[in-house]
Amino acid sequence: MAHTDQSDTTRRDFLYIATGSFAAATAFSIWPLIDQMNPDASVLALSSTEVDLTPVEVGQSMTVKWRGSPIFIRRRTAEEIKEALAVPLEDLPDPEADSERAEKPEWLIMVGVCTHLGCIPKGQKLGDERGDYNGWFCPCHGSHYDTAGRIRKGPAPLNLVVPPIEYLEETKIRIG
Amino acid sequence: MFRSKIAVTALALAALAAINLTPVAAVEAEGPANKKLDWSFEGIFGTYDRGSLQRGYRVYKEVCASCHSMNLLSYRNLSQPGGPEFTLEQVKALAAEFDVQDGPNDEGEMFERAGLPSDRFVSPFPNEEAARASNGGALPPDLSLIVKARKDGPNYLYSLLTGYEENPPAGVELGEGMNYNPYFTGHQIAMAPPLSEEAVEYTDGTKPSVENLSKDVVMFLAWAAEPKLEERKSLGFKVLIYLIILAGLMYAANKKLWSRIKH
Amino acid sequence: MSGQSTYQPTSAVGKWFESRLPVMGLVHDTMLNFPTPKNLNYWWTFGGILATFLVLQIITGIVLAMQYTPHVDFAFESVEKIMRDVNYGWLLRYAHANGASMFFLAVYIHIFRGLYYGSYKQPRELLWIIGVIIYLVMMATAFMGYLLPWGQMSFWGATVITNFFSAFPIVGDPIVEWLRGGFVVGNPTLNRFFSLHYLTPFILVGLVGLHVWALHVPGNANPTGVEVKSVKDDTVPFHPYYTLKDSFAIVVFMILFLWFVFFAPNFLGEVDNYIKANPLVTPAHIVPEWYFLPFYAILRAVPDKLGGVLLMFASIGVLFILPWLDTSKVKSATFRPLYKQFFFIFVAVSIGLGYLGGKPAEGGYILAARILTAYYFAHFLIIMPILGLIEKPKKLPESIAKAVLDKNGDDPGGGGAPAEAVTAPETKG
Repeated sequence: MAHTDQSDTTRRDFLYIATGSFAAATAFSIWPLIDQMNPDASVLALSSTEVDLTPVEVGQSMTVKWRGSPIFIRRRTAEEIKEALAVPLEDLPDPEADSERAEKPEWLIMVGVCTHLGCIPKGQKLGDERGDYNGWFCPCHGSHYDTAGRIRKGPAPLNLVVPPIEYLEETKIRIG
Repeated sequence: MFRSKIAVTALALAALAAINLTPVAAVEAEGPANKKLDWSFEGIFGTYDRGSLQRGYRVYKEVCASCHSMNLLSYRNLSQPGGPEFTLEQVKALAAEFDVQDGPNDEGEMFERAGLPSDRFVSPFPNEEAARASNGGALPPDLSLIVKARKDGPNYLYSLLTGYEENPPAGVELGEGMNYNPYFTGHQIAMAPPLSEEAVEYTDGTKPSVENLSKDVVMFLAWAAEPKLEERKSLGFKVLIYLIILAGLMYAANKKLWSRIKH
Repeated sequence: MSGQSTYQPTSAVGKWFESRLPVMGLVHDTMLNFPTPKNLNYWWTFGGILATFLVLQIITGIVLAMQYTPHVDFAFESVEKIMRDVNYGWLLRYAHANGASMFFLAVYIHIFRGLYYGSYKQPRELLWIIGVIIYLVMMATAFMGYLLPWGQMSFWGATVITNFFSAFPIVGDPIVEWLRGGFVVGNPTLNRFFSLHYLTPFILVGLVGLHVWALHVPGNANPTGVEVKSVKDDTVPFHPYYTLKDSFAIVVFMILFLWFVFFAPNFLGEVDNYIKANPLVTPAHIVPEWYFLPFYAILRAVPDKLGGVLLMFASIGVLFILPWLDTSKVKSATFRPLYKQFFFIFVAVSIGLGYLGGKPAEGGYILAARILTAYYFAHFLIIMPILGLIEKPKKLPESIAKAVLDKNGDDPGGGGAPAEAVTAPETKG
C-alpha cells in the first residue's frame, strides 16, 4: 500500500508541476501579445517635453507643442499677477485661485486649447487681441480668459487646462 | 385587452412627454430657421441642374477659392457624368488656368507646370497654419464635403451666404474683424460677406444677383459633397422596383404554400 | 444536431460522401427537415434576417477593406476615395454603414420578440445567454467600425468611450492608455480597431453557430409558449414552409434597408463625421450612433463617472440573469395579461431612453433619464420576479395544433392571416 501511495503522490506532483509550468509558460507568452498594445517607444518619447524658459522676457509669451497640443507659456508682469490675485473667486464660472494655477506666480503654463470647442485662443503674440480681461481671447465664439487663463466671459465652461509641470531648474521645466 | 394595453402605453408615453417638457436652459443662442429652397436634387428623382453647377463652379473659383480649398476634388471630376459635365476640352482649359507644383525633376528641384485634369483642385494655402495666418486666426474650412458636414446643408449654406446683416442688432458687440450673421453659430463670423451683385460674370443670361450666385455655388458644393447622387438614385429606383415585384411574387407563393396548412 | 439523421443520399456519390463526412445530413436535419412549430408569426423571421445581414456586412466589409487605408493621415481620404473614385464604392460603403443600423434594428426586434414571448425561459436559457453575448460582440464590432472613417464623431466617440475605463480607480488610466496605444486616440488605436473590426464578425459567425445549435436542441419557441407535443400535428418541416416565409420577410426588410442606402444614406449618420478627425476641436454635442443612445442615456443619468459606467454595463448584464428573474411558468405574454402591459411600458421606456441619449445632458433631460433608468432596472429586478408570483395567467391551449384550430374556428379575438401579425402580434391568440 505504502508503495502505491508514494507513486500516487509522485504522479500527482508531476501533474501539478506540469500544469504549473504550462500555465506559467502560457502567461509569459501571452504577455508580449498584451504589452504590444501599450504606448510604444515613439509615443512615450513625446509623452513629456522639457522647455528652457530663459529666452522669455517679462511680459512675453512662448508656445510649445506637447502631445500634439499647443502649450502657452507666459512670463507675467507684476501688474498681471496683481490683476489675477485681485479677482474674488465667487466671480469665476470655474473658481480656481491663481496660486493653484501658477506654482511660481511669474510663470503661467497652460494648454492653449479653448475649453469650449477647442479653438486656439489669441493673446500669445504682442499685437493680439487679449479680450476684456487682458488675458486670452478665443476668436471662434468669443470666450474671454483673464491673466490667469481663467474663463470670465463667453461660452467656454472651464478654465484653460494646466498640464502637469515640474521645475527641473530655476528656468527649466518638464511638461508631462 | 388590446385597448387597455394601448391606454397603458399611451399613458407611459404621455408621462415621458410631460417629463420632457420641463424647461431646459438653452445651450446656444439660437438663430432663425434656415431659409428653405426647392433644390432640384431633392426627392427620389432629383438631379443636379447642369447650368447651375457650371455657374457654381465659376463662383467657387472666382470667389470662394481665394480662401477655401476643395482638397477632395480633381479637375477631371468636372467632366464626369452627374456633375457639371464640362466637356473634356473645357476641363483641360480650366485645369490649365492653375499652376501646379510637381517634381522633383532630374536636378532634384521642384518645378511648376500648368494643371492637368488629373490634378487635385489647387489649394489657396500650402497648410493650415498659413491659412490661419492669412485670415486673422480663423481657418476657412475645406469645402469638399461642407454640404454633408452641416445640418440641413444646402439650406444652411444658402441662408448663411444670403444672411449677412450690415448692422448687428442693438446690444451685440462684434469682435474685431468679425461680421454679423444670424445663421452662424454665435452669430459672429470671420468671413466677410463673400458675394455681392455681379461678383461673378455670368455668360448664360442668368442674373448674377446675390441669391442666384448663392444658389449656384451651393448647388455646386452639394454635387462636390455627393458626386454620385444621380447614379445612386437612378440605380436605387430600379433596384427597389425589382424588389417590390419580387416581394409581391413571394408573398403570393408563400400564401399558396401555407394555404394547405392550418397555422 | 441530435439523434440519428433521417437523411438518405440518393446518388452513389452522395452515399460515398455522406459516409465519410455527414455534412449534407447535418444541413438536411437542421435547415431543411427540421420540425418547426407551424404557428410562428412574422416576428420569428428576424433570425433569418439577422443571419442575412451578418453575411452582407462581412461581404461588403471584406471588399471595403480592399480599398481602405487604416492610417490617420489617409483613412478619411481613403473613405472619400471609395465614395468618389472606386467603382460602386459609394454603394458598398453606404450599404455597410446603413447595414450596421439595420442589423441593430433587426436585433432589437429579435430581442423584444424574445422578451414578449418568453423565449429566454427554460429550456432555452443558454440559447438566450449566447444571444446576449452575440449582442455584446455586435456592439463592440460596431463601435470599432465607427472609428475607421476617422471623422470627428469617430474620433470623439472613441475618445469618450475608451475614457469610460479611466473611471476605474488605479488601473483606469493604464487601461485607457493600453486600449489606445497612446495618450490620446491616434494611429495605434485606428490600426488595432481595424484589425479587431475584421476579426469580431467571424467570432460572431461562430457564436451564431452555437446559437443555432442551442436552438435546435429544444426547437423553436412559438407564440403560444406551449412546447411541441406532437411533431406530426404541431410542426411543419422548416423547408419549404419557413425557408419561403423567411425569404419573403428578408426581401421586405431589404426594401427598407435599400431605401436608406439609395435615398437617405446619411439620414442615420452624423454630419460631424464628414469632418476629418481633429484632436484639437471638440464637436458641440458628442452623440453615439442611434443604436447606442439608450445606454448613453443610462451612462449620463448617474452623476458619478464610475457609477455611470458600471450601471451602463449592468444594463446589459442584467439580461444574462433574466431567465432566473422571471418567476412565471407561462412563457408567452399572450397569456400573461399583466406582463403584457408591463412589456409595452418597457418598450416605451427603452425608446424614451434612446430619445434622451440624443439630447444634451442637462436639466429636465437628466431628470427624465434618471427616472427611466430606474424603471429600466426595476422592470427586470422588481417587476419580473413579482409578476410571476401575483399574476393569474389565462388558460393555456392544450397544444399548438389545438390553438391553431381554435383560432381558425370561432375566434373571438381577431387572429386571421399571418400577415396581420406583422403589425399586431398581440392580437393573436
